[in-house]
Amino acid sequence: MIELSGLTKRYGERVAVNNLTFTVRPGIVTGFLGPNGAGKSTTMRMILGLDRPSAGDVRIDGRHYAQLHDPLRQIGALLDAKAMHGGRTAYNHLLCLAQSNGIPASRVTEVLDTVGLTPVARKRAKGFSLGMGQRLGIAGALLGDPRILMFDEPVNGLDPEGIHWIRNLMKSLAHQGRTVFVSSHLMSEMALTAEHLVVIGQGRLMADTSMADFIRENSRSYVTMRSPERERLLDVLHAAGIAVADGPDGAVEVDGVAAPELGELAARERLVLHELSPRQASLEEAFMQLTAESVEYHAHDGDPGAVRGGPAPGGGATSGGEGQWGAGWGGPEQRRRKG
Amino acid sequence: MTTPTQQPEQPGALPGAMYTSPIPVRPTHLGHALASEWTKIRSVRSTVWTLCVFVALVVGIGLLVGWKTSGETYTDVPYTIPALFGLMLGQICLITLGVLVVTSEYGTGMIRTTFTAAPQRHRVLAAKFLVFFALAYTVSAVSITVVGLATAAINEIPSGPGENWGTSVLLGSLYVSLLGVLGLAVGSMLRHSAGAITAMLGVVLVPAIMPAFLMISPALRGIGETMLEYNAPNSLSALFGTAMYDGQAGGVPQLLALLGITLVAVAGAFALLEKRDV
Ligand SMILES: Nc1ncnc2c1ncn2[C@@H]1O[C@H](COP(=O)(O)OP(=O)(O)OP(=O)(O)O)[C@@H](O)[C@H]1O
Ligand SMILES: [Mg+2]
Repeated sequence: MIELSGLTKRYGERVAVNNLTFTVRPGIVTGFLGPNGAGKSTTMRMILGLDRPSAGDVRIDGRHYAQLHDPLRQIGALLDAKAMHGGRTAYNHLLCLAQSNGIPASRVTEVLDTVGLTPVARKRAKGFSLGMGQRLGIAGALLGDPRILMFDEPVNGLDPEGIHWIRNLMKSLAHQGRTVFVSSHLMSEMALTAEHLVVIGQGRLMADTSMADFIRENSRSYVTMRSPERERLLDVLHAAGIAVADGPDGAVEVDGVAAPELGELAARERLVLHELSPRQASLEEAFMQLTAESVEYHAHDGDPGAVRGGPAPGGGATSGGEGQWGAGWGGPEQRRRKG
Repeated sequence: MTTPTQQPEQPGALPGAMYTSPIPVRPTHLGHALASEWTKIRSVRSTVWTLCVFVALVVGIGLLVGWKTSGETYTDVPYTIPALFGLMLGQICLITLGVLVVTSEYGTGMIRTTFTAAPQRHRVLAAKFLVFFALAYTVSAVSITVVGLATAAINEIPSGPGENWGTSVLLGSLYVSLLGVLGLAVGSMLRHSAGAITAMLGVVLVPAIMPAFLMISPALRGIGETMLEYNAPNSLSALFGTAMYDGQAGGVPQLLALLGITLVAVAGAFALLEKRDV
């Protein structure tokens, strides 16, 4: 169990983490989401006692990190895959960590086996690929067989097989009754692993909710309609008492009325439709919307027509159904959708 | 559009009790930190290289000089004197090693892993000081002893002060090891390899070079003379009984001065360590 209360970190003028209060509970994977610079890593460093909070408090199973005498037994953390001396072999890297906590050397061999690094145990870490480094970092986190595990963007740089492995690892760790706290930029990733969700933006808490609730509340379904006679379409919908929102490129979006009904309505009014498509807002979009106010590196909000669906120049399109949850949202264009 | 509200909701029933590890828990102490630091220092190549260069310089140059000297050389100086020339260069190796012991951790990010594993930061730093000092002292004492024994064997042994070379081994090793410890303390404060090594080279070289300029001005002459007497090469020479400048005191005041400076730097390193973010 990790308990944060009023946790705050200031770097000079800048408030990196702003009055965070939440609890990470055992037995489930808790996702920690936020855009770049939201303060996820800073929060994790404060949990580990590496950075001193400017205000507030954080406790691990009721104690401050500095009071832990065998921290690796309590909490295992992967902060940065490259947080190791490249000149040391994988085995020696883990051995010096094990020794500092009185963990037997046999455990080093065990965790190397768990993460699949046994063949390169005697190789220097500097020759490791990003994924191998990540695995070595995870081996370090597992070394003390801790009750709490914390991973900062563990899937960064991993291939699909590695990502799959991490997902299953996190789930099984949580299933054993451990506390698992994992940060990510990707809602899609969290949707697959996390049961609980903590979202922050610019250091502030934006949501602390179960994944199921988040999906229920945020995966809005709507219907996109497109017609050459846009004005008449709007009139017809208005006359039928149906609320509409502007979509991209002159499209019209309708909430709460099913596509068949809308199609029949259009037919009755002899209205030509070029598009009538039921859609589901992706979780990624919901997340973007939630943190939109707090996205730090904002692109301009211009171009009112293309609010949704226009492929962002830097990243993939973010609209679409469930199948596209995996679409990245790392593009520079992070626009707020009119709602 | 609904915004997810903050809700202190209980997520799913907890599957049984909290996880308990089968590995037995033992409280940690300085011994664990020492074992860990020993593994760290022996498992990187920079340690092996700097120490190899040190031994090569001290023993190599020492044997060469010892071989070229004859018995009369040692009527009023210890047999270990041939090691002095290698030590003058070799002290740079120990300084570099001392600095790297800590700055390499900051440079690579390892320090975060280290302090996550051992949040008692003072214990980690203390272990670094102890392990480094023990290693540096052992290696330099053994190197100087080898040179002394070889010189005594090669040359004919007239009885005289030359026989009492034990002190030069003990104090000479102490001096160069303390320089390394000072490097470690400076490295811990500056957290940057190049910066700390440069600072330490300044500490060793500036007092050896500056007097040449200071002596020109009568007002600064006093400072210049102190520097001449207390600079690292002269202090080392004094400990070997052959000070280039005013060596009557036998180097002990110089050794004490270095000890004082080192203790202050070590105290500074400990004080800053607890205050700063990693
Ligand atoms: N040591 C530091 N000094 C000054 N500012 C810092 C420091 N560390 C972090 N910050 C600032 O605090 C903010 C939060 O950074 P942090 O690394 O915690 O974000 P993050 O959520 O982990 O981002 P990312 O997703 O990109 O990893 C950033 O704006 C960053 O510039
Ligand atoms: Mg980060």
